[in-house]
Amino acid sequence: MREKILTYIERNSRVNLKDLAILLGTDEAMIANEIAAMEKEGVICGYHTLIDWDKTGSEKVTALIEVKVTPQRGQGFDKIAERIYNYPEVDCVYLISGGFDFMVMIEGKTMRDVAQFVSDKLSPQESVLSTATHFILKKYKDHGSVMVHQSKDERMLITP
Amino acid sequence: MRNPLSDTVVNIKPSGIRKFFDLVSEMKDAISLGVGEPDFDTPWHIRDEGIYSLEKGRTFYTSNAGLKELKVEICNYLNRRYHVDYNYQNEVLVTVGGSEGIDMAMRAMLNPGDEVLIPQPSYVSYEPCAVLAGGKPVIIELKAENEFRLTAQELRDAITDKTKLLVLPFPNNPTGAIMERADLEAIAEVIMEKDIFVLSDEIYSELSYNGEHVTIASLPGMWERTILINGFSKAYAMTGWRLGYACGPKAIIEQMTKIHQFAIMCAPTTSQYAAVEALRNGDEDVAKMREAYNQRRRFLMHSFKEMGLECFEPFGAFYVFPCIKEFGMTSEEFAERFLKEEKVAVVPGTAFGDCGEGFLRISYAYSLDNLKIALEKMKNFVERLRAEQKRG
Repeated sequence: MREKILTYIERNSRVNLKDLAILLGTDEAMIANEIAAMEKEGVICGYHTLIDWDKTGSEKVTALIEVKVTPQRGQGFDKIAERIYNYPEVDCVYLISGGFDFMVMIEGKTMRDVAQFVSDKLSPQESVLSTATHFILKKYKDHGSVMVHQSKDERMLITP
Repeated sequence: MRNPLSDTVVNIKPSGIRKFFDLVSEMKDAISLGVGEPDFDTPWHIRDEGIYSLEKGRTFYTSNAGLKELKVEICNYLNRRYHVDYNYQNEVLVTVGGSEGIDMAMRAMLNPGDEVLIPQPSYVSYEPCAVLAGGKPVIIELKAENEFRLTAQELRDAITDKTKLLVLPFPNNPTGAIMERADLEAIAEVIMEKDIFVLSDEIYSELSYNGEHVTIASLPGMWERTILINGFSKAYAMTGWRLGYACGPKAIIEQMTKIHQFAIMCAPTTSQYAAVEALRNGDEDVAKMREAYNQRRRFLMHSFKEMGLECFEPFGAFYVFPCIKEFGMTSEEFAERFLKEEKVAVVPGTAFGDCGEGFLRISYAYSLDNLKIALEKMKNFVERLRAEQKRG
């Protein structure tokens, strides 16, 4: 049941619990308890909203930055990651396999802001060896939602 | 000039749905709960395979009975899912939708005057196809108190010495009814005793919400007298690809293939290649869609209960068949008023047989959001009708 609940609310976090109980064929109290437990355990970490900022007036730029580090003795990657993720402008920090060590996602008002952040705050870090900054130009699909077009129901209205 | 038309054809009643279709088409922004096809797109990997086959230039005829790989996969599928065995070499025919399978089977099996038992309410094609094949349709009116399942007694009462074929459409369009193992065993007894044949239309087999679907062909003594019809339209959301299949004993499939060869040549090649991919790797997609339909089904049943609308719980397909007899009007009158006053289209039960009078077919092949809006309108309409009845 947990998996069913999670699969549903991952894409529809605003569903009201009474409806969810009906959809999954169980009772509301059970769903509420499971969700509360999962929130406590850190299985559910947050409820966010997916926004296409390009359609608003706001200026926003997102960058994907590959960061190569040299882990300090006795520190390993976790400490370095902490120093990076503490910055509020940092959206994501992932430890990845491949040519670089971390993938960092940053949001800023302009490309210059982001570049500034990288050169002032990120690169000078003791353990950081090198960075490679990629700017996101267009988001086609994000978090499972296609952003570029709305699907229309093109079926014939009545079929036997 | 002479009359160019065949009397038989002219005498076939036009589809009861047509009239409604025209009405609904004229309305702007009507919400239609009247569709008979999935709201999902064909899963991408299946579409991709179809596209790839076109890029590779696979645009020629396939062999009449269908692509070998497809027939092999169909047999694997039926074995894996429904524990029934067919030989891909001569016991499978790939058809243009389940529709063609039904037509071919009837044409291959009926002699003039043979009676065809057709349980109703059910899909609109069985009666016309039986007539066109020279058979005589005999309707069995199913009952809400039996959850619209076919009982052994009803079957026995309808059989005469002219009965040749029983059409068994489960999971059912429009009622959403299923036949469980015990139900099938009960009628199998009668079928074998009376030595008749079964045309089992199982196109909704994957959309079964109460345990696994059972095919009558897997019951002892039934394989040799059943033509199993299934396809890709509802399970894989491939309605427009026009692909289905018929399986059965070699003697029957051989004859069906013969006519199919003359009338159709072969089912669409692109669809066949895509279908191979569907059968090989589509189980997960089907499971996801089934879960989504099941959620909507629960939601609908809950809403009807809240409205106080009488409806037996359907465990198959994507339709609910609520009863509107309490309002003292015909299904058509209800549906028309509902359309005019709330701009929601549903299909009157009479489109599927006279015994559908007093019922509506509501499809839940829609997003939950759309369903919610439509149900809200239905609630308002029902409350209004009840207030009218009180006053009147």
